[in-house]
Amino acid sequence: MTVSNNGVAKENGNTRSTFFKSFFSFLITFALMFLTWIVLSGKFDPLLLWLGGISSFLVAYYFYDLLFPAMGSGYIKVFFRFTSYMPWLIWEIVKANFHLLYLAFHPRMKELIDPHIITFKTNLKSDIAITTLANSITLTPGTITVTADSDGVFRVHAIDRKSAESLPGTMLKKVAKVFGEQI
Amino acid sequence: MDILVVLCLVIGLFFFLGGAIGIIRMPDFYSRLHPAGKLDTLGIFAMVTGLAIYNLHHFSFEALLLSIKMFLIVFFVFLSSPTATHSIVDAGMRAGLRHWTKKKRKG
Amino acid sequence: MTTFFLSIALGLLFLMLFSLYRALFGPTVLDRLIGVNAIGSKTVMLLLLIGFLYGRVDMFVDIALAYAFLNFVTVLAASRYFHKRKGLYEESFMD
Repeated sequence: MTVSNNGVAKENGNTRSTFFKSFFSFLITFALMFLTWIVLSGKFDPLLLWLGGISSFLVAYYFYDLLFPAMGSGYIKVFFRFTSYMPWLIWEIVKANFHLLYLAFHPRMKELIDPHIITFKTNLKSDIAITTLANSITLTPGTITVTADSDGVFRVHAIDRKSAESLPGTMLKKVAKVFGEQI
Repeated sequence: MDILVVLCLVIGLFFFLGGAIGIIRMPDFYSRLHPAGKLDTLGIFAMVTGLAIYNLHHFSFEALLLSIKMFLIVFFVFLSSPTATHSIVDAGMRAGLRHWTKKKRKG
Repeated sequence: MTTFFLSIALGLLFLMLFSLYRALFGPTVLDRLIGVNAIGSKTVMLLLLIGFLYGRVDMFVDIALAYAFLNFVTVLAASRYFHKRKGLYEESFMD
C-alpha cells in the first residue's frame, strides 16, 4: 500500500491548467490543516489564529501534492460520492461485526471457522482507489487484505466461507463508482 | 438521553469483550487479527458516540468542539487500524508463517 | 453516572488482562504485538473515561488522541522491525 504521487507526473500538458490544479489542491490542504488546527486548539485568540494560519500555510505550500495529487475540481464530486459511500460501509461493518461476535462466542468455534486465502484481480488504476478498497476490505470483519499491489491484484485472508463469498462484488462496484473508474 | 449513553457504552464494552475473547480463543495468528483489529475499532466507535452524547448535555460551543475532537479520535482509529492490521499481516507473510487450516491440526 | 463510568472503566481494565495474557504468553512475536495493540486501543477509551471521572475532559481528550497516534506508530515500527525474521513458523508450534 505505498502511496506514490503518479497523478502529478501525468500532468505535463499546458502549464496554466496544471497551475490551477496545484493551486486547488493547495487550497484544500490549507483549509483542512486550518480546520484541524482550530479543532485541536479550541481557542480563538488572534495570536493563536495567526500562528495556525502561518503554520498551515507552510505545510500546504510544501506538501500540497502529497495529500491531494493534482486533479482539479474533480475532488468535490469524489468527496460527495465518498460521503454517500460512508453510511453503506458503516452499516456493512456493523453487520459483519455481529457475525464475528457470533463466531467469537460460539462454543464450537473451531468447527465453524475455515481460514483460507483468496486471490482476485481488479481493474482499479489509481492508488487512492486501491487503498480505499483495501482498507474497506480490512475494516469489514472476516476479511483482511494481505497484499494489494498497484496492478490491482488483491490477496485476502478470509476467516470463513460466508464472508469470503460476498467479496469482490458489491464493494468493488461501489468503490469504482466513487472514484469514477470502470470495473 | 441517559439511556442512550448507557446503551452505547454497554454495546461498546460488549464489542471489546468479544475482541478480548476472540484474541484468546482463536487458533492462529491470522485469525486472531480479525477480532483484535476490528471489534476494537467498532467498540471505540460505539463508546465514543456515547461519551460525545453525554458531553453535549450542557450545550455550549466548547462542548461541541470537544465532541468533534472525540470524533477525530474515531476518524483516526478508522484510518489507522486497517493499516496497522495490514502491516502485521505483511510481517507475518514475509516471515513465512502459514495459516491455520481445518485439516492440518486435526491429527 | 459517575458510578456507571467507573464500572465501565473497571470492565475495560478487566478486559485488558485478557489481552495481557496474549501479550505475555503469545506463541510468536506477532501475537504479542496483537495483544499490545488491543491493550492500546482499550487504553484510549480508558483515558477518555478517566477524563470524565475527573471532570477534565478537555485535557484528557488530547492525551487520548496522542496515545492513539503513539499506539499506531508503535505497531507500525515493531512490525517493520520483525519483517524478515525467520523461524516464526517453528515458534508457533511451541505451545
